[in-house]
Amino acid sequence: MNPAIRVRGLEVAFGARKVMDGLDLDLMRGEVLGFVGASGAGKSVLTRTILGLNPKRAGVIEADGRDLDKLTPAERSRVERGWGVLFQQGALFSSLTVRQNVEAPMREHLDISPGLRTELAMLKLRLVGLPPDAGVKFPSELSGGMIKRAALARALALDPGVLFLDEPTSGLDPISAAEFDELIATLQATLGLTVFMVTHDLDSLYAICDRVAVLGRGKVIAIGTIPELLQSEEPWIQDYFHGKRGAGRAAPQAGSMLVRAKSSPL
Amino acid sequence: MTRAPSVKLIVEQDAARLAFAGEWTLDAGARLEAESARALQSLEGRPATLDLSALDGLDTAGAWILSRMLADIEASGLSASFEGARPEHATLLREARYRESDPTEIAPHGPASLLADMGESVWLAGRDVLSSLDFIGRIVAVAAKSLVRPRRWRLTSTVYHLEQMGLRGAPLILMINFFVGAIVAQQGIVQLARFGASSLTVDLVAILTLRELGVMLTAIMVAGRSGSAITAELGAMNMREELDALRVMALDPLEALVLPRLTALVIALPLLTFLGDLAALTGGMVIAWGFGDVSPHQFWAELQYPVSVTRFLSGIAKAPFMALAIGVIASLEGFAVQGSAESLGRRVTASVVKSIFTVILLDGAFAMFYAAVRF
Repeated sequence: MNPAIRVRGLEVAFGARKVMDGLDLDLMRGEVLGFVGASGAGKSVLTRTILGLNPKRAGVIEADGRDLDKLTPAERSRVERGWGVLFQQGALFSSLTVRQNVEAPMREHLDISPGLRTELAMLKLRLVGLPPDAGVKFPSELSGGMIKRAALARALALDPGVLFLDEPTSGLDPISAAEFDELIATLQATLGLTVFMVTHDLDSLYAICDRVAVLGRGKVIAIGTIPELLQSEEPWIQDYFHGKRGAGRAAPQAGSMLVRAKSSPL
Repeated sequence: MTRAPSVKLIVEQDAARLAFAGEWTLDAGARLEAESARALQSLEGRPATLDLSALDGLDTAGAWILSRMLADIEASGLSASFEGARPEHATLLREARYRESDPTEIAPHGPASLLADMGESVWLAGRDVLSSLDFIGRIVAVAAKSLVRPRRWRLTSTVYHLEQMGLRGAPLILMINFFVGAIVAQQGIVQLARFGASSLTVDLVAILTLRELGVMLTAIMVAGRSGSAITAELGAMNMREELDALRVMALDPLEALVLPRLTALVIALPLLTFLGDLAALTGGMVIAWGFGDVSPHQFWAELQYPVSVTRFLSGIAKAPFMALAIGVIASLEGFAVQGSAESLGRRVTASVVKSIFTVILLDGAFAMFYAAVRF
């Protein structure tokens, strides 16, 4: 089976500065892949490059085994319809209400009646745990946590197969962040999503990620389950998981958290 | 190849079985709704079992529609149930099950709301005037404070805005005024020829430019070019809490942001007006030469009479007032921007429209004033 996303020999540069230098990455179908790396290492650049928002200098990006560069615009648009993206700041359209935001991608891409579209938008809001009256609010009237949830509802609007999350729990308090992790785990299990998650939140990594990839020097320097990464000799990975903020967590505990989060009800 | 969603009715004695097949996903679009509506009709009041064992694919939309069918059958007092759903489909059916929802709607607009809108805009216009006065008062207070302690004056910022508004605006102002001067001269030559008074064209161009057109056109261009920039800058800063950041640093946005821009505008607009006057006269001269056989030398000689210091001053004296009006309106609109991109757009539009309107109003007021004092 082809991986959902396959990146080979990716090179991205801004002027003379190389951000990606021969990066390889496989995102397997149905997995939650956490993506970590030092600030400024290019995690967001990689996400944006896969999404086609940044130009690349060399390399191949495949979705379902099909080279994105070789697709016609129509085929490419179909592939992109199967992707949902949660931007770091939410990127909700500020002049539309939350419900209209969720309806926006459906309005553009689907041939369904307005009534059903509204119902589905309300369903998506319910799935991400927003109260029905949030639908008529404007993004500027929402709290940070609600913006993330609303943006997640919009990312799920077209029932994507692959979900890209850019720091989904940043800016949330630990309780909301844990709830959000649970939400993603539940949705992932329910909808059978493949999730690519850029994050700095160690708790998220332990709670919901099947595998974790570490970005450094323009490459993926390590990829595997957390216990595997903990064995790594790489100093940055050692510091990351065993540093002040990583200490106190152990692999067995991580395993039990994983099970708990995945089986928790919505 | 994906199969289109379909449903087949199988009647067994007094009960019915609906056999679902194909991909019940969003890709099918309107077919989902059509198929489910058709199936519901074909039941004709029989209790039903919804057989999902041959279903190829299901997503939240499909699950929603299937569970809505179930709810619809049950609502008519008949029994209904799912059968043969795969585990992952069962999860979806549970999580995305149909629930009555009445999305709260925003009240529709009627004739009454149109009246309310009109009343509100009249009231808002009155408040605009009041808040402008309040704003001017605060600006004067801040400016006075800066005069007492000149070190607080933001010289770098003022010079920067002077460059943006003045120097970089100059080519545009020169070009516009040049063309308008040329057009006035051309029309003067053609229209005045009927009275045999083409020689007065030079007077026409000079007086019109110096007294009215030069300053008004320049002010309108500056309102469109720099006023909109001020509103957009302050508005974007307001959206991103940059103004709040200034306030918590105990800095007054008026002093840090508005005063340098206003000062730059008040200096730049008279300078630009002067350039505009020159450009308009040059435009008139070029047309008079090419179109009216008036040599530049002759034009220059005839220009001596209508061009006087008082006439020049009568025009340029309006510039600082117009600059002040543009700056105050632009800043006020910038501070009024709320969270959305739409609000920013609306405020920038309002800023330009109100500035231009006020510039023309001021010009009229000056005309009346000059007439009253016989200037």
